[in-house]
Amino acid sequence: MLQEEGTYQTELIDLSTVDVILISNYHCMMALPYITEHTGFTGTVYATEPTMQIGRLLMEELVNFIERVPKAQSASLWKNKDVQRLLPSPLKDAVEVSTWRRCYTMQEVNSALSKIQLVGYSQKIELFGAVQVTPLSSGYALGSSNWIIQSHYEKVSYVSGSSLLTTHPQPMDQASLKNSDVLVLTGLTQIPTANPDGMVGEFCSNLALTVRNGGNVLVPCYPSGVIYDLLECLYQYIDSAGLSNIPFYFISPVANSSLEFSQIFAEWLCHNKQSKVYLPEPPFPHAELIQTNKLKHYPSIHGDFSNDFRQPCVVFTGHPSLRFGDVVHFMELWGKSSLNTVIFTEPDFSYLEALAPYQPLAMKCTYCPIDTRLNFIQVSKLLKEVQPLHVVCPEQYTQPPPAQSHRMDLMIDCQPPAMSYRRAEVLALPFKRRYEKIEIMPELADSLVPMEIKPGISLATVSAVLHTKDNKHVLQPPPRPAQPPSSKKRKRVSEDVPDCKVLKPLLSGSIPVEQFVQTLEKHGFSDIKVEDTAKGHIVLLQEAETLIQIEEDSTHIICDNDETLRVRLRDLVLRFLQKF
Amino acid sequence: MDPECARLLPALCAVLADPRQLVADDTCLEKLLDWFKTVMETECSLHLLQDHPCLMELLSHVLKPQDISPRVLSFVLRLVGIFAAQEDCFQYLQQGELLLGLFGETGALSWAAWNMPSVRSGWIQGLCSLAQHPSALHFLADSGAVDTIFALQGDPSLFVASAASQLLVHILALAMQGGASGSSISEAAAWPVCAQKIVNHVEESLHSKATPQVTQALNVLTTTFGRCHSPWTGALWGRLSPPVACLFERDPIPAVHSLMDLLLSVARSPVLNFAACGLWEMLAQTLSRLSPTQAGPLALGTLKLQHCPQELRTQAFGVLLQPLACILKATTQAPGPPGLLEGTAGSSLTVDALLSSKSAFVGLLCQTLAHLEELQMLPQCPCPWPQVPLLEATVTILRLCDGSANPSSSVGGRLCGTLGGCVRVQRAALDFLGTLSQGTSPLELVLEVFSVLLKTLESPESSPTVLKKTFQATLRWLQNSHKIPNCSDLSPDALLFLGELFPILQKRLCSPCWEVRDSALEFLTHLIRHWGGQADFKEALHSSEVPTLACQLLQDPESYVRASAVGAAGQLSSRGLQATPTSPENPQAQQGLLMDFMHILSTDSEGFPRRAVLRVFTEWLRDGHADVIRDTEWFVATVLQAVSRDLDWEVRMQGLELAQVFLIQAMGRSSLHCPYTVGLPEATSPSPHPEFLQTLCRLPLFEFAFCALLDCDRPVAQKACDLLLFLRDKTTSCSGPQEAGDSPNSASVEAVLQRWREGEQGQPLGDLEPEAMLAILRSLDLEGLQGKLAKSSDHMEKSPQSLLQDMLATVGILEENEADCY
Repeated sequence: MLQEEGTYQTELIDLSTVDVILISNYHCMMALPYITEHTGFTGTVYATEPTMQIGRLLMEELVNFIERVPKAQSASLWKNKDVQRLLPSPLKDAVEVSTWRRCYTMQEVNSALSKIQLVGYSQKIELFGAVQVTPLSSGYALGSSNWIIQSHYEKVSYVSGSSLLTTHPQPMDQASLKNSDVLVLTGLTQIPTANPDGMVGEFCSNLALTVRNGGNVLVPCYPSGVIYDLLECLYQYIDSAGLSNIPFYFISPVANSSLEFSQIFAEWLCHNKQSKVYLPEPPFPHAELIQTNKLKHYPSIHGDFSNDFRQPCVVFTGHPSLRFGDVVHFMELWGKSSLNTVIFTEPDFSYLEALAPYQPLAMKCTYCPIDTRLNFIQVSKLLKEVQPLHVVCPEQYTQPPPAQSHRMDLMIDCQPPAMSYRRAEVLALPFKRRYEKIEIMPELADSLVPMEIKPGISLATVSAVLHTKDNKHVLQPPPRPAQPPSSKKRKRVSEDVPDCKVLKPLLSGSIPVEQFVQTLEKHGFSDIKVEDTAKGHIVLLQEAETLIQIEEDSTHIICDNDETLRVRLRDLVLRFLQKF
Repeated sequence: MDPECARLLPALCAVLADPRQLVADDTCLEKLLDWFKTVMETECSLHLLQDHPCLMELLSHVLKPQDISPRVLSFVLRLVGIFAAQEDCFQYLQQGELLLGLFGETGALSWAAWNMPSVRSGWIQGLCSLAQHPSALHFLADSGAVDTIFALQGDPSLFVASAASQLLVHILALAMQGGASGSSISEAAAWPVCAQKIVNHVEESLHSKATPQVTQALNVLTTTFGRCHSPWTGALWGRLSPPVACLFERDPIPAVHSLMDLLLSVARSPVLNFAACGLWEMLAQTLSRLSPTQAGPLALGTLKLQHCPQELRTQAFGVLLQPLACILKATTQAPGPPGLLEGTAGSSLTVDALLSSKSAFVGLLCQTLAHLEELQMLPQCPCPWPQVPLLEATVTILRLCDGSANPSSSVGGRLCGTLGGCVRVQRAALDFLGTLSQGTSPLELVLEVFSVLLKTLESPESSPTVLKKTFQATLRWLQNSHKIPNCSDLSPDALLFLGELFPILQKRLCSPCWEVRDSALEFLTHLIRHWGGQADFKEALHSSEVPTLACQLLQDPESYVRASAVGAAGQLSSRGLQATPTSPENPQAQQGLLMDFMHILSTDSEGFPRRAVLRVFTEWLRDGHADVIRDTEWFVATVLQAVSRDLDWEVRMQGLELAQVFLIQAMGRSSLHCPYTVGLPEATSPSPHPEFLQTLCRLPLFEFAFCALLDCDRPVAQKACDLLLFLRDKTTSCSGPQEAGDSPNSASVEAVLQRWREGEQGQPLGDLEPEAMLAILRSLDLEGLQGKLAKSSDHMEKSPQSLLQDMLATVGILEENEADCY
């Protein structure tokens, strides 16, 4: 059972119809092989390079941990709802167990990753001509991205897993999020009440306290991410805490790659670390910890590690759920002594549930969740800065957490109020597409003769063929009528292209009534009466029994079957208007 | 004026009058004015002017149109004012038309330089200096200066505007002092013209619709009532209180802060009959009119008043308590807390107004807490003091700040959002909580205080400053938690609290933030100092790792932390609480700490840890610490040797302190042990035993003290001088009537001392006999030295000659440069 994971909800969407997947950061791509390998998915996956590489490490570690303890058979009877009801908690409360799948294999991982198209920050990617997507730095992890999805007239920002704190990744790009019609906000901190700085301090204090008393420290963690910051903190702290002689072990099948990858993704790092590369120095100080033998890394507890191992020490290893991986071994080894401490730093798991199978436990447990993602104060600052027209977010963010219902500060507070959505809810975003951009071919543009109708505004009439393909619209010059036209073709041409020869000029301008009346008088009309109407004027030629109705955008000459008079009057009217 | 200055004066005046010469430094001119002021305290200014025509030339020089720098103009205006302060000189200057030329409408006001604030300020200060006598008053009235001063009240330069208001008050006081006789003071019409003019102007301004003018008038009145305590101020208030009262009718009330200042200034005046003049009613009205954010300072001021009616005090206290009452009301489910806070909580409207702006509410809360803290320590502290509700409110505020409060009301929810994680409020509340420890509180509330303190100490969110304040508050609560009089034992609850506190302290001692480690160590030191002798405390401390961790911090990379660790380890050791359990058979570990300290003293690169070591050593010596009395002579010798080479003067000072403690103790002991003194009456001062003097030479304490006498840092030399004087007084009776010259090697000592004085301190004194030392001691003019050292190090440079010379020298350099150019 341990080898199965909850994956995704399939009823909602047929994944084979999905065209594009945008990955925000390496923590949220762990289910990718399930989508790309078993659903008929044929689309493209976009992600940045560090996201893919570190995502691969995380998956590789997971596969490695699971494959180390192969199971000949897998139980499935318990998934029957009647049986599941009888199981102890938390199994009986697990949802959607029927969708739980066995862990993927390395082959599937590789195949899934091969479908990823790598992108860089601020790179514009055209999707079927319909929209353009752009990844922006989200400041949370190496290569983590927020996405802008925009057409020519609409802009949607998808902000997920972002951080405004100064840690190792490139800072969050806020400026590019401005002028969004809709900002979809998700992936906020799991622990809004814990400030990461305080937690790092707590982590260091507890670590030092344990080691000074001769105990060992176990840190269940992922092989990438917060561990870089923790190692950096410890690098600054160990000398001052008198811990220089304490060995730090980092045990993971991907420990080596993780430490090395972090050093080569210079362009994805914060400014300070980037500038170190030019010195040249390794951007992360863990290089020095490794050089000075303070930090040692091993693929597993077998082999070299067992020879080098000495206590007291600090061990970083996975998996943070305590259900598989080398961490299980250390829990068994150190759990019985109250000198030792296990410090939980990953916010994704409830530490009490993680510890449940190991109880009773003598070792001390400390919970220092370090989650650098946005908290509600930062969200409110971000929204003030970015000022989106609408905010869309999960329902949970629009009310205080159930356990702290009085904490009105632990929710998103914005104007207009955020639109919320629930799991598996389909939401219509609050905007309508009203405009499309159309390109004009150069030769057609050449033929246009704009006329200035107002200072700064020119108009020109266009006769062209509108060509639409892949959501792109192009105006092309109309084909010349073929000489001599065959009857069949002529028919088609006349269908496609309106007859250009009979085009009348367009008129603009307004008719000054007084001058118009004077002109009429000059031309021999008498007994003229002008009436004001709601929309304009009526000029009444009583003698000729004719009515000229002048309105803002139309002029009508109503006369009794006297075409000569009408044409005369029309020409007089046209004198006051511009033609083009 | 001394002759040397008199000689230099003409040259200086010429320089000042010369527009080509730049006086680079304003402070020189200020010093020059100060000097003239001191000169004129003893000399007649008229004679001074007559004796030094150059001065008169300088003064009248300004009247001619030319490019004199604004700073010199300002200087001359102020100088004339100083001269004209004496009436005869005033008349002399007036005859020469100088005064009108400078201060009249055709004077400074018409100059282009009038645009410079410094000139306007000089004009005001000059007038302020000269306005000392009736003639000056006439001059002011005739010259139209008063109108100019009115205008200057609204000057764009705040300094000028404020000085103008002050000058008005000064003139008013001067006019009233001479003009209004006792019987007519109540009649405004009988007031001198000048005073009437000023009062009319103030009254007009009070009626003005423009807030700046109202503010100016209020400021003048505030200063008047603050400074002048003659009966006429009562009449003044009688006349002006109606327009002041009218200001409260306006909406919004103009110049609220100035108005409050005025009311308080009037209320503090010793000459007014408040009941008669309606001040109390006005204060009460104001308190009820103003918003809670505005009324705080006024309420505090009212409560501080000596003779304030009880009713008003109650009202003011209610205003002050309002924010806290709101918090209690919003967070308590019970119908309402008992005590004075009842009824002070405003309507929901007030609460909404309070919470409408986060920063304003936070500011108000901090201000309220600070006011209450201040109030509790004053004799005017309201009685009965609502200790319980205040404590409840403070604890609630702290819980709101750390997010552990769980209010049911919606206002409570908003409070959570407003105060959550607010370090400013947390700090203010912790300060006040510490003060509240002085009152008597019910046990359950004390336990709640302990619990909130623990929570704050434990919380990873607590900032270093918050932790420091929490440690301070904790200490105060521990000190005041015992209920049995004359017993300093910790109460059982406090002991339980300590049991929970020490594990947290352990963690804090390992904090990555040095400020936290430092304040944790300081806190520990205080704890041990207070309760280190108690068995229960010792047991609780020993069952934790705190002592070990504290001693480990002696190696901390941060020098402040090392210094605090030295203090804590020293205390631990004094109380026999050192980290490694020592038994009488194993004194090694204990000796280890002494050696650790010696090591820090001789090798630590920072001054703080070394100073801390000496403080601990001095304390150990004074208290007879076991390791020190084992071989005191070795101890003192080793310390002095290390200290004599120290570059930090405070360490050397501390070394002398330690030497002094040793001397006092050793003399006490030697007098007891000296066989010759046995049986002598106690009144006789005990003479030290010759062996004791030998010891001093051997240590070498003499050498150390002599060396310190020539120390380039004055405090060290002073301390050494005091020490040697003490030693000389104690040894006079000891040795025979030997003269310095008689001693075989005193000549060489003298020679060495001479060389030292010349700057070769490295030369050792060598092995000297006590007699020689005593001889030198007597031969030195220690009293003379003490007198010299008592003067500040710049007393030579402060003399007026030096000032004049300096000013001339700067100009001289300019001249040379000018010559070079051509």
